[in-house]
Amino acid sequence: MKVSYFPGCTLKTTAKELDAYTRASAKALGVTLEEIENWQCCGGVFTTANDEIATKLSSIRALTEANAKEQPLVSVCSACHNVIKQTNRAMQTDADFAFRVNNYMRMQSDTYTEYHGEARVMHFLELLRDEIGFDKVAAAVKNSLKGKKIAAYYGCLLLRPGKTMQMDDVENPRIIEDLIRALGAEPVIYASRNECCGGYVALDSPDSAAKQSRKVLDGAISAGADLIVTACPLCRYNLIKNGKSDIPVVYFTELLAEALGVKETEDAQ
Amino acid sequence: MHNKDNVTERVLRISGVNARRCMKCGKCSASCPSYDEMEYHPHQFVYMVESGDVEPLLNSRSIYKCLTCFACVDRCPRGVEPVKLVEAIRLEVIREQGANHLRADDVPAKIDEDVPQQLLVSAFRKYAK
Repeated sequence: MKVSYFPGCTLKTTAKELDAYTRASAKALGVTLEEIENWQCCGGVFTTANDEIATKLSSIRALTEANAKEQPLVSVCSACHNVIKQTNRAMQTDADFAFRVNNYMRMQSDTYTEYHGEARVMHFLELLRDEIGFDKVAAAVKNSLKGKKIAAYYGCLLLRPGKTMQMDDVENPRIIEDLIRALGAEPVIYASRNECCGGYVALDSPDSAAKQSRKVLDGAISAGADLIVTACPLCRYNLIKNGKSDIPVVYFTELLAEALGVKETEDAQ
Repeated sequence: MHNKDNVTERVLRISGVNARRCMKCGKCSASCPSYDEMEYHPHQFVYMVESGDVEPLLNSRSIYKCLTCFACVDRCPRGVEPVKLVEAIRLEVIREQGANHLRADDVPAKIDEDVPQQLLVSAFRKYAK
């Protein structure tokens, strides 16, 4: 299976391991990730104002490229996925927005085909669940993670707004827990797993972000977790910064690569 | 100086929010992780915009405390989407010349070497134009 892949800015810099483990795991599971050519940063956050188009054009460029290749557009960073999916939804539901975007895009290329959100936008987790299947993932496990107690941390961007993201139940998600089970480990459920880590407010009000992250960390620790997994570089940064090595926080793809037996090859490179 | 003409209309238009749908249950504020940090809370944004009392919101630091986590959106039983009002009011402020809340020169003092690019691009999207 071939899919279009949007890595995003952080996966090329401070979260290179998130990218490397994603690619290695996809390869081991028979999926080819075709990186979007000349992709541009998604902007990190979706602007909800409906009069802004400039901040949404990088998503449109990636979406239209994937659509032209008739491939789903896959990302693994929660923020990229959220921005691209919300932009795609706006193209489907807001005719005025789509009209202005299409006019703008047509100016840049004579071959541009009008776009109304036809591309399928998937997070790598959804690719694992819906295309590959967690049963196939489980069958491909070489090093079972049996005995590990792992807390899934969703944060906000993977799930919300639920009407648009449509990944899972926004209040009681299970996609990451199901993956943890497929890898042989035991998921730990705790209340703050879908609350925000403090996000970008870490730059403006670090104390406020620290309080949010502590709630998440304390929730996972008191539920007995050995480890927290996330899909988001900013969540991971905030949790590590405010966790003071209380508990390790890793990307879910690192565990996946480890279980599939491809982690060491990646680490050696 | 901020252009105050028709500010309520502009906020309603660019947010796409119908504030009159609100039934004042307060669930948005109860769900808001930044509640304690805010002078005006999400439900107050809704009724202050509805009653045309936007001025205090434009001048409040509450607009920089919102995490855009969409909890208020998913937990509102009336589909009001308060986060879109907070965003529209913040844009009203930072779209004015010289009104950026974050300046590039201030960044080096605020970061460490582990800061992900995602944090910087997100903060600039929310705090500067």
